[in-house]
Amino acid sequence: MKVQKKAAINLFYIPAIVLFLVFVIYPFLHGIRISFTNWNGYSQTMKFVGIDNYVRLFQDANVRTALVNTLVYGIASTIIQNVLGLAYALFLNTKFKGRSIVRTVIYMPVMIAPLIMGYIMYFLFQYDGGALNDIIMLLGHEPVDLLANSSAAIAIIVMVNSLQFVGVSMVIYLAGLQNVPNMYYEAAMLDGASSWQRFKHITFPLLMPAISSSTILNLIGGLKLFDLVMALTSGGPGFTTHSLSTLVTNQYFSAQSAGYASAIGIFAFLLIMVVSNVVMKFFDKREVDV
Amino acid sequence: MQNKKKSNLWKYCLAIFIVFIHIIPIYMVIGLAFKSPYDHSSRWVLPGYFYLKNIYTALNKSGMLLALKNTILITGLSIILIVVIGAMAAYPISRNKSKLNKWIKGFIMGVMMIPPLSILVPLYSFMADVGGINTYWGIIVALVTFQLPTSIFLYANFISTIPVALEEAAAIDGCGPIQTFFRIIMPQLKPVTASVIIITGVFCWNNYQFALYLLQSPKVKTVTLAIAGFFSADAANMNGAAAAAFIGILPVIVLFLFLQKYFIQGMVDSAVK
Repeated sequence: MKVQKKAAINLFYIPAIVLFLVFVIYPFLHGIRISFTNWNGYSQTMKFVGIDNYVRLFQDANVRTALVNTLVYGIASTIIQNVLGLAYALFLNTKFKGRSIVRTVIYMPVMIAPLIMGYIMYFLFQYDGGALNDIIMLLGHEPVDLLANSSAAIAIIVMVNSLQFVGVSMVIYLAGLQNVPNMYYEAAMLDGASSWQRFKHITFPLLMPAISSSTILNLIGGLKLFDLVMALTSGGPGFTTHSLSTLVTNQYFSAQSAGYASAIGIFAFLLIMVVSNVVMKFFDKREVDV
Repeated sequence: MQNKKKSNLWKYCLAIFIVFIHIIPIYMVIGLAFKSPYDHSSRWVLPGYFYLKNIYTALNKSGMLLALKNTILITGLSIILIVVIGAMAAYPISRNKSKLNKWIKGFIMGVMMIPPLSILVPLYSFMADVGGINTYWGIIVALVTFQLPTSIFLYANFISTIPVALEEAAAIDGCGPIQTFFRIIMPQLKPVTASVIIITGVFCWNNYQFALYLLQSPKVKTVTLAIAGFFSADAANMNGAAAAAFIGILPVIVLFLFLQKYFIQGMVDSAVK
């Protein structure tokens, strides 16, 4: 009787499983199939072209650029968000008036759609009338068109993404700091440990679960970066600031090569899987129990 | 005492600097949204007046009003489905820990790893085949499916912490599984439901990538699509564009300021395993 009842509640996950199978797994498998064709995205027919799309992908300079950019967006954002997020958390974990206001202001941009954040930042970095150029001209220099310079544009995208989402890392670290038992610090103080020693030997090891969550979250977010690139540069100048996400969209809508776009999408999936699994394994070995 | 005050001074200086850096986007968008397009003063200077015509232009000419209506409808319906289907799926996963369900849990977490960019092209082609392009249900189903793993994850963790005694009592009284779930479990899920609504709701409201593919007719466009259209079509009218951006972020910012505790708690719960 008991066993029967328990099995009966399994029916409850059927709606979710059906949605996953129809709208994620089927399209994913269908995508693998499309990636071996020359489908243009709208015609009724498609021709099987074998591994042509994948061969082309490895020879395509634009894919190489997008791959490097995707890794830069993912890794650089992750580093900045973690270092700055931890610094903010340590700072806000000390006592001073108004710290909850500081926390609110740092977290607030997380609410803003990344697309809209990109457009708002355009007001700052725009060549013509941009707010940054007002300062540069005030200091007596010539205005600069940062978004037309690919390295500067990549740096801007990384910075905007990092500063928008640093609040996520900050609250994860703040929660982590609250889990560090105070007695450890008291014991260390009695033994005469300096504040750096206390950080290095108590805070840091006990924050490992927080570091792991924050790193994986930021890394996956950074590797999927789409909206911000679309708003700030649309992948330009040329193809120099594309991420793999925006390149898929570009190949699909502008170049009308849906087969090729699918191949890039599958390639991006493999990349994200490999990178995030390597990082997760790395952290699994380093977590300690409180 | 004197020493203590001194040591706190650097904290206030640093705090003001941090606030300044992070407030720039909101400062910039408010300043521009309420400034006349003929006012060519620096974007750092707030207007000394309150110019409402940009908001009017954004609402009427760029179809923001329609976009707001669409986005509210899409976000609202998505949230309801994410909550109900997510809570239902989490119930057997956290209560009936069989081998099959462990596998199902792994499958759901695996689905979380598939990035939208890898399936958007085939999803579009599938949606086109079944008539889901430019429909509310098409975008809702896509948003719901991609937010379900987060919802299931949060609910499963929470249900594991609820004692089973009540359910056992209900079973003895002859309650079936459906009754037990809706009468006994659902009412206890209020705190975690707040987190689920907030996290997945913000995602649906802010989503651009799915909308770009699945909604191409002006009739069904969402806030992000309307703003993107505004920026590419009317690049000269930056004040109107800023007004559109302001309207797009206002609802989430206001909600955040009032329900801050839940937003931050929800974020932490969904990130930390």
